[in-house]
Amino acid sequence: MIPSKFQYKRAESVSDALSMMSDDAKLLAGGHSLLPAMKLRLNQPDTLIDISRIEELKSIKDEGDHIVIGAAATHHDIAHSNLVKGACSMIASGAGQIGDIQVRNAGTIGGSLAHADPAADWPALVIAAEATIRVQGQGGPRDIPAASFFTGFYETALADDEIITEIHIPKLPAGSSSTYVKFVQPASRFAIVGCAVVKNAAEGEVGNIKVAVTGVSEMAYRAHGVEDELMGQVVSDESIDRAAARATDHVDVLSDHYASEKYRKHIAQVYVRKALETLK
Amino acid sequence: MGHSKKRKEDARFIQGKGNYVDDVKLPGMLYMDIVRSPYAYAKIKSIDSSKALEIPGVVAVVTGKDLEKYNLHWMPTLMSDTQMVLPTDTVMYQAQEVAAVIATDRYIARDGKEAVIVEYETMKPLMDPFDALDPEAPVLRSDKEGKTDNHIWHWEVGDKEKTDDIFSNADITVKQQMHIPRIHVASIETCGCVASYDKVENHLTMYMTTQAPHAIRTVIALVAGHVGLTEEKIRVISPDIGGGFGGKVPVYPGYVIAIAVSFLTGSPIKWIEDRSENLQADSFARDYHITAEMAGTSDGKIQATRFKVLADHGYTDASANPSKFPTGLFSIGTGSYDYGAAYMEADAVYTNKPPGGVAYRCSFRVTEAVHAIERMTDMFAKKAGKDPAQLRMENFIKKEDFPWASPTGWSYDSGDYHAGLKLAMDTVGYDELRIEQAQLRKEGKLMGIGISTFTEVVGAGPSKDFDILGIKMFDSAEIRVHPTGKAIARFGTKSQGQGHETTYAQIIAEELGIPMEHIQIEEGDTDTAPYGLGTYASRSTPTAGAAAAMAARKLRDKAKKIAAHLLEVSEQDLEWEPGKFFVKGAPEKVKTIQEIVFAAYTNHPEGMEGGFEATHYYDPPNLTFPSGAYICVVDVDPETCDIKVRRFVAIDDCGNIINPMIVQGQVHGGLTQGIAPAMYEELIYDEAGNILNGTFMDYLVPTAVESPNWETGHTVTPAPHHPIGAKGVGESPTVGAPPAIVNAIVDAVAHLGIKHLEIPVTPFKLYKELKAVGYFNQQEA
Repeated sequence: MIPSKFQYKRAESVSDALSMMSDDAKLLAGGHSLLPAMKLRLNQPDTLIDISRIEELKSIKDEGDHIVIGAAATHHDIAHSNLVKGACSMIASGAGQIGDIQVRNAGTIGGSLAHADPAADWPALVIAAEATIRVQGQGGPRDIPAASFFTGFYETALADDEIITEIHIPKLPAGSSSTYVKFVQPASRFAIVGCAVVKNAAEGEVGNIKVAVTGVSEMAYRAHGVEDELMGQVVSDESIDRAAARATDHVDVLSDHYASEKYRKHIAQVYVRKALETLK
Repeated sequence: MGHSKKRKEDARFIQGKGNYVDDVKLPGMLYMDIVRSPYAYAKIKSIDSSKALEIPGVVAVVTGKDLEKYNLHWMPTLMSDTQMVLPTDTVMYQAQEVAAVIATDRYIARDGKEAVIVEYETMKPLMDPFDALDPEAPVLRSDKEGKTDNHIWHWEVGDKEKTDDIFSNADITVKQQMHIPRIHVASIETCGCVASYDKVENHLTMYMTTQAPHAIRTVIALVAGHVGLTEEKIRVISPDIGGGFGGKVPVYPGYVIAIAVSFLTGSPIKWIEDRSENLQADSFARDYHITAEMAGTSDGKIQATRFKVLADHGYTDASANPSKFPTGLFSIGTGSYDYGAAYMEADAVYTNKPPGGVAYRCSFRVTEAVHAIERMTDMFAKKAGKDPAQLRMENFIKKEDFPWASPTGWSYDSGDYHAGLKLAMDTVGYDELRIEQAQLRKEGKLMGIGISTFTEVVGAGPSKDFDILGIKMFDSAEIRVHPTGKAIARFGTKSQGQGHETTYAQIIAEELGIPMEHIQIEEGDTDTAPYGLGTYASRSTPTAGAAAAMAARKLRDKAKKIAAHLLEVSEQDLEWEPGKFFVKGAPEKVKTIQEIVFAAYTNHPEGMEGGFEATHYYDPPNLTFPSGAYICVVDVDPETCDIKVRRFVAIDDCGNIINPMIVQGQVHGGLTQGIAPAMYEELIYDEAGNILNGTFMDYLVPTAVESPNWETGHTVTPAPHHPIGAKGVGESPTVGAPPAIVNAIVDAVAHLGIKHLEIPVTPFKLYKELKAVGYFNQQEA
């Protein structure tokens, strides 16, 4: 890797990192989104602020009705956390489907969310989980619901002078279930289609299902059409088929040499159905 | 021989102590980076280096105009075509070298590269080889005087009249156009060099990633002789190499620029490509458009084949092809089957794509040929209503018919194709799988079984057919045994991961009885190694391995004379067993090889030369013809068209095996590079000439993650003309695997109306094909 010249600073704490931030600085955590861009010199920051060793950003904690995942926790840590598995299993299984072993050992949840790649796995997972993303700026912390965090193609509600610090994942009540299924782009291992589904038992016997889809459009989205079909319905083959058919309602479907718009739409329907079937 | 000895070279590799070109650091060394064209076809209006030269540490910016002063702006290719080193006026493909930046540091060199401003005037590129044939198409190589089209060469072989006659009278004919797409070897180590010219001594040392150091030295001498660099003043050192696969045979412009700059500045110049440069600009492989036909009787007897090829060579024919034939060994494409008539023809054209044509883990163009014949055999079986295994069994050349004269002029040395296929079928459980397949189809599930029974042709080669720039394709071994009975052996080949240090030591150990641990193997330094043409085309064991055996036998003959002298008996009274000569009937009267070697330095017979050294240059009497029977089983997801390889049985016949573990490793690697073109790899260009997958984020080189569990096995049919009966194996799996996989995928969906699938068969491509035959209509209605 032959990037342009940059300064490297290591932050010891979140406030330390915040004090180092400037217009030409970039935060470095796992480096799996930033470094490829720097390698191609698409991104040429003056300064890298390394936040990967800030202990407070790496922990995974139990806070009663939800768990808190530090933004610098690696995909590997999350995939292997019993706390995460117990709170919302798809968060762990989804983390385990990201990239390959090397990527999971280095890449972090906060870095992936901030990068907001339209084919990344985390956006669908946090949207379906109805997670809250806590960010911190000079003015203190603020909480952004996952549903409004992603604002466009590689765009988020995160301000330039803010750091993602925590991801709050609500615990699912007993009897609930969640799943993440993914049709993978073989070279990058990003999702051509990724579908996260949560069925929350506390909200009734039937039809309270959250569905989020990534890889299909310019940003991950909540598939409201799918949810509407199932609302109040007993989950059956017929209702699943009807719901899956609405996987790409109201979104512009991407097209590339791995999957045309038609094929991607087809895969989205198949994968939404596969995800729903696991919850029967 | 025949033992899975651990590899001698691995001690340094697994401890990170390998020595690669990028590990070479010389005092005063400068670094080079290369400005590359963003356009596929454009006039260069201006190159402004001023901003780059302002950067502290940037020493120089070199352009085509600078090289033109020394007549070094063009170079010959190995196919006697011409290639720009740096352009003076026009760029011919995206990522072509435009200028070189020399700096005191690798990072500054890249900064300088970013600061060079090149103004282009773009032109519409010619990306489709069929368009290139159009008489109205623009003439790309207008640098060639009198050139009025984009045609490079025409080649044909076989009996056209006889073949045409069979086709017009045949019961059954099948015909299919297929594309073997452009792919890349993508070795993990990219290409690079350190060119170090000593002005005082007028001597060039060239450390470089080359599979053929001696040939490169000769090429440099031929190109740079006019500036005083003659062959004795050039030393090429090829250190450890991280994968070659044919891609490190050609001479790339970067090497030449580095030499020129070192020659002019007197400073060592290091040039190491990055991954994207390697993938986008270095020689491609394949890119053959083949119209293949097969004719036969209604009961399934193959009678003739006819292939017509259009080869897309990019903007110059820079093929790394050591044969006298422009299509290399494509004429092996008559396959493993017994019939008497074939006709093949090929035409090559220029397009605005990177140049090359490398023999990616195959003798040149064998992979393309094998794909065509194995696909056609399946299509013919289908039309004849026969099981593809049965049809192959009925058409194979019989083992008693070797040596067998092929209709395109080869003399296949040996083989037992029936035994190979039978072993593969028994291993995989072929009959049971066919029963399972019938059952699965009733349930709407898609499962397919594919066969490839290929014949390879390796070991280039006999000097009548093979040379590089006229230099015959022999290879060499030199063995020196020291007084204490320990040896060093040097070779004209160059390992890139194949394990030569182990294999060659085993051959010599077998022939001389010196333990392999006491045999040091060296390759890659033209000052010390005997002349040879390098390692590619699975030629090392067939040529240099043979040379090692022959040189060792010369020493054994000498040893016998010395032993007779020491034991005071005649040579006829002596018997050899590895490591010692003893007197027949009196095994206590014995001299070990160590005692004999010591005597060669201390007490040799009068009139005999002292010392214990031998050299052999081996010119093979024939190529060797390894073969294989591969069976692949796939499951296809009926909804997503995702393809999973469930089983892959590979039975290889590479003759006598020297080290089974190394052979198995070679087969595993080759099979993985075989699933690559079948399912994943293709360099994709848009109409504007932009590469769409020029990084590993988009171009998948399969790894252990994508690899199924390979089930390997062997039949052994020794090469009758080779001193140790070996045939070469490195490339068989790359050649043989793709059609087995594609035949399996086609087989999985044949009942739905699919006759053929182009590679790589991706889920998306399969979806489109199934949609076209109406498969998804019912579900989506």
